[in-house]
Amino acid sequence: MSVLLETRKVGKSFGSIWVLEDFTMAVGEGEFVSVVGPNGAGKTTLVNLLTGLLEPSAGEVLFMGETITGVGPVELTDRGLARAFQLIQIFPRLTVKETIAAAVISRQRKRWRLFSRLTGDDAVDARVKEVAEIFGLTTRLEHIGGTLSQGEKKLLDVASTFALDPQVILLDEPTSGVSTGEKHGIMKTLIAAAKREGVKGIVLVEHDMDLVAAYSSRIIALSEGRMLADLPPDRFFADPHLIETVIGKRRGH
Amino acid sequence: MNRSANVLIALCGVVALTLLPLVAPAYYVGLMIPVYGYAIALLGFNLLFGYTGLLSFGHGMFLGIGAYGAAIMSSKLGVRSFELTLVAVMAASTLIALPIGALCVRYIGIFFGMLTLAFGMLFHSFLFKFYYLTGGDSGMRVARMTILGLDFARYNKIEFLAGPFYYYCLGLLVITGLVMWRIVHSPFGLHLRALRDNPLKAEYLGAHVHRFRLAAFVISSALGAAGGAVLGFRVGLADPELVYWTQSGQLVFMAVLGGFSNFFGPIIGALTFTLLQDQLQSLTEYWRFVLGAILALIVIGFPEGIAGLAGELARRRTRSAT
Repeated sequence: MSVLLETRKVGKSFGSIWVLEDFTMAVGEGEFVSVVGPNGAGKTTLVNLLTGLLEPSAGEVLFMGETITGVGPVELTDRGLARAFQLIQIFPRLTVKETIAAAVISRQRKRWRLFSRLTGDDAVDARVKEVAEIFGLTTRLEHIGGTLSQGEKKLLDVASTFALDPQVILLDEPTSGVSTGEKHGIMKTLIAAAKREGVKGIVLVEHDMDLVAAYSSRIIALSEGRMLADLPPDRFFADPHLIETVIGKRRGH
Repeated sequence: MNRSANVLIALCGVVALTLLPLVAPAYYVGLMIPVYGYAIALLGFNLLFGYTGLLSFGHGMFLGIGAYGAAIMSSKLGVRSFELTLVAVMAASTLIALPIGALCVRYIGIFFGMLTLAFGMLFHSFLFKFYYLTGGDSGMRVARMTILGLDFARYNKIEFLAGPFYYYCLGLLVITGLVMWRIVHSPFGLHLRALRDNPLKAEYLGAHVHRFRLAAFVISSALGAAGGAVLGFRVGLADPELVYWTQSGQLVFMAVLGGFSNFFGPIIGALTFTLLQDQLQSLTEYWRFVLGAILALIVIGFPEGIAGLAGELARRRTRSAT
């Protein structure tokens, strides 16, 4: 199993406060790794380090064996690491078609084409339609992003991320802001899309333990900036103390 | 609005403007030259404002580079070709816009606006104070040049402006319109609109936010200079007033009046503003007051400008017809 994304003794401090310390993890090919932990455990910091939004204060983050320090989101996207955000991120004035096309353009390295026509670019069109179909957005292609329902906006957000053809996709609470009824629907669509699109690894940051239990191949628990556990789901859920630390503290909020 | 409707509107517009000198008095035909000059500049300005979401309050600077560039080329260097002048001022504007833009596009919203305003003021001061170089408040003369290699010597200035130069500028506007239409509908144009709406998401979808903003800034500056050269050529003078911040404000006014969310909005804005200003100036010395009131009305009542209003009326008509 080859390693796709890894951190080596990574630490991050803001001033004198270390929000993440001595953190080593790896995501291999074919894995679905969930990162769990109470609020303030350092999950968001970890995601930001993994996607190059923050630079580590110690250690290093590697993607496909190369450091991502100072690389920036665009280059990371080109290398095959994509990120979906916790809060819904779409383009309010762009249509569904245009939103997905924006990602397809990047993937097909057409972003600097100033004078070529976008309508009538069959390669872009075909891919946009394919992605829209996977996420059930085919009937919405001409709709303006801002007019979609919350669930559809979330799907569009994730669909546009998938349209980048990433090797690894990082999902930061992909079902937050979505009704409980829709959560599993979105996750199933996501995982089916990942399989179909040949995504090699998924990192999921999630509060909802139902989702974590249902889909993970491995669970990493964080607490107070340190790794608490790195276990397969059966062993993770067999440890009541561990679950209490991860969930119990959440109830305190 | 679909593509064929846009093509039809553009064609009707071009045909009407082509026939204008045959029916309209020479005065109004001459008045169309600044309309074309502003429209060319505004097509660039709106790539930055309407499509990239960056509102520049210093765009008059690039008009100034165009006008002063034309003055230097024609009066100091003795260049006779207006095409060569256009290429030179656009190149000069690009070179000047690169470092200024690289700094400004790191900021958005009011900070971008204020920075561009500051650079515009700086340039105005330079033109105003460096008398020996720029002629100070009396400006620099822009000598008559040839267009397409022809000097039209038998035409006096007024005939030249209302005749050959009118069609020349219309041609320039059509070419600029076609090029800009291509750019806003290209993959690059889509990324511009994406990063206008949500820069964070756009960056994670692979759009180079800073570089694309800079590219839009540079393209808009080059077209600003082209428009400025037309304006300077028409008056025969490069005037520091062209760079004063009220001039930059006037460009914003035109874009808002015409409607910056529509491709044709800036052209409609340039036309309406110029005609309105001309009529109001002949009616009352308080013309600025009336223009101000109209701007307030547009912003409150029709935030999408004249083009937006026209589009809405057209949609209502098709809806009631079906």
